[in-house]
Amino acid sequence: MELELTADQKLFQSSARSLLEKDHSLDRLRGLAPGEPAWDRDSWQRGAELGWAATIVPEELGGGSVSGEGVRDLTLLAEELGSVVAAGPFLPVNVVLAGLVAAHGSGPDHAATIESLVAGEQVATWAVYEPGGQWAPEAARVAATPTGEGWRLDGTKDRVEAGLEADLLLVTATGPEGLVQLLVPASAEGVAVSPQWALDLSRPLAEVRFDGVVVGAEAVVGTPATTPEVLERQLQIALLVQCAEMCGGLDRMFALTMQWGFDRYSFGRPLASYQALKHRYADMRTWLEACHATTQAAAEAVQAGSADAPQLVSVAKSFVAERAQWILQDCVQLHGGIGVTWEHDLHLYLRRATSDRALYGTPEDHRRRLADLSSL
Amino acid sequence: MTTAETESVESFRARARDWLAGNMPRLDENAPPPALGDDDEEWVRARELQRMLYAGGFAGICFPVEYGGLGLSLAHQRAFTQETAGYEMPVQLNIPTFSIVCATLLDMGSEEQKRERISAAIRGDEVHCQFLSEPSGGSDLAGLLTRAELDGDTWILNGQKTWSTSAYAADWGLCLARTNWDVPKHRGLTMFLIPTRAPGLHMNRVKMVNGSREFCEEFFTDVQLPATAVVGEVNDGWAVASRQLFHERNAVGGGSPFVSGLAGRPRALGGQSPFTIARATGRAAEPGVRERVGEWVAMETVQHQMVARVGRAIGTGALPAPAASLLRLFHAESAQRATDLAMDVAGAQIAAGVGTEEGVVGRAGIAYLSRQGASLGGGSSEMARNQISERLLNMPREAAADRDIPFNQVKRGRA
Repeated sequence: MELELTADQKLFQSSARSLLEKDHSLDRLRGLAPGEPAWDRDSWQRGAELGWAATIVPEELGGGSVSGEGVRDLTLLAEELGSVVAAGPFLPVNVVLAGLVAAHGSGPDHAATIESLVAGEQVATWAVYEPGGQWAPEAARVAATPTGEGWRLDGTKDRVEAGLEADLLLVTATGPEGLVQLLVPASAEGVAVSPQWALDLSRPLAEVRFDGVVVGAEAVVGTPATTPEVLERQLQIALLVQCAEMCGGLDRMFALTMQWGFDRYSFGRPLASYQALKHRYADMRTWLEACHATTQAAAEAVQAGSADAPQLVSVAKSFVAERAQWILQDCVQLHGGIGVTWEHDLHLYLRRATSDRALYGTPEDHRRRLADLSSL
Repeated sequence: MTTAETESVESFRARARDWLAGNMPRLDENAPPPALGDDDEEWVRARELQRMLYAGGFAGICFPVEYGGLGLSLAHQRAFTQETAGYEMPVQLNIPTFSIVCATLLDMGSEEQKRERISAAIRGDEVHCQFLSEPSGGSDLAGLLTRAELDGDTWILNGQKTWSTSAYAADWGLCLARTNWDVPKHRGLTMFLIPTRAPGLHMNRVKMVNGSREFCEEFFTDVQLPATAVVGEVNDGWAVASRQLFHERNAVGGGSPFVSGLAGRPRALGGQSPFTIARATGRAAEPGVRERVGEWVAMETVQHQMVARVGRAIGTGALPAPAASLLRLFHAESAQRATDLAMDVAGAQIAAGVGTEEGVVGRAGIAYLSRQGASLGGGSSEMARNQISERLLNMPREAAADRDIPFNQVKRGRA
């Protein structure tokens, strides 16, 4: 959480909260039948009307942010969504928008797509992982072959968030001259999307096969020269959203576990009176503050476009993802056996945090990236 | 009209920049870290540097003019500190001399104490220290046993103190002693301002496992003090000590207006980070080593981000003052993780130095030996956890067997 919010930001926050209360109950999430969609287009549309896909898009492209600092507003929203483990394409849509906006002005024009994503009329996602692979976007095996008028795509992506629901797939592929990103309609011939089991109930994943998929030259996002920085921008936004939503979830679960500590009695005393447990709470409270500190610092750096933004998002991801696990597992421990039941809310947050930890680079991946960036 | 009323922060900053460039020595980034052990020459140097600042009109920026300062704002001080990047500065004087002892005297001292001690420190003529902890107990400060008894107009001080940082380099110290044994512990204490070379005061330097000798222990045998040595009121010493603890947290949290200057000379044991060790051992290409170096980079960064955030939150009131314990606890964790990561990265090489010298890798081994210092100094991590759970999270307080009991009836240990 930012230490000080403006009146506009508070309003933005409270409008998000009321929609989340209405559309995103934990009970609904817990009660999903296998294969049942975790979210629907209408609820995403309602979010888009509140600006959930607009914050990091400039006004001339149909976006806008309440504070004038879009990345900070995005982080604020992500915390709110994370605090209720909200289902929906918030992360993938904003990541694709980050790429399209970063590429704007280099390569083909995607202004119309940007506008429809901002409005919630279309949903897009980033197809970056490949089956059996770890985080290595620069080593994409999906092949992009020039056809003269456009490109042909062959290969398979997986762990594609909202892949079943998305209208557009931003595919990171390898072409003859290196990495190329293509915006592919999910309805294109040769695209086969199939559901993939996902640890996080709120975030359906899919495997997407590209079998001789042909797209025009206008599908390219950016140019060979801009692709690395566009990719970096996508990654930065993905990491910030993950860190902020983990912070939001941790705040909620820490508060729940605090209340439990005061309400639950053993041997005639509240749990919160035992020093062994008080000390665990103190550790969790400290880590939680540090999670917020590093997430906000990363958000400020990305907002400002600082030279150290790549470092700071990796610092935040490697730290928050690890501490989120420590805190949530400690919350389970403090709750006792009820903390590992399906009925309890904790596993919904643990699923999200574990999934966030795994995707867009694990803490270990980001530590190695930090070593690279520190020119070791 | 004084300078404080006329000079803008930007004008002050520009003047400071020019003056620093023309007068202060540049830091030598490539200088080898000083040898382990005594750091006496650093204190001689600190006084010299402080005298230069005073002569140039840049000393005691936030202290009132009547006590030798410039009477300027925190914004002026911050601007000055920013401008000191790359220059040698007397940063040893920041804690405890300026930001704890002088700050507390400013709050609680007599007019004479303020005029004499604060101005002497600003001139670079005096260094101050604190005589607080005792060998009988570390965390339970108010349970101290050093006694001061009034004989006519003279206080007679007897007892023992320890863990007084850099007291050997100091001229004056704030010493907390028990003056009434018939009341509960916090209500029978008095703070004294005493010369470190007073007859009857015997000081030893304590050698630590890393070779440092910055801590001292003191024995007080019938040390005679005038009534004017009392700081604040007799038997109200806890109020003075509380200000010291407040100022200490404020200084460590980065919120003190009395901290000046960005860096000093490289300190002993500064050069054995996991990054340096990875290079020195030739292991920088190993993925496991790179992961650990990256983790260290992240921890160091989060540590700074945490200080900035919590310091600001306490400043604005978004978090209450006890939130400073969050910094205390996290600092210990990050410092210890750094020590552990350095040892991991050093691997098999940590057991030996280079020839007869400890070398960079040997320093990582030595740092590891004093690893727990990070969770002991300035109050243990366990005390910080008590503070966080009780003062920040409002959980029930630990039972205390000495609460509201006259101190002479409180049970004591044998050691």
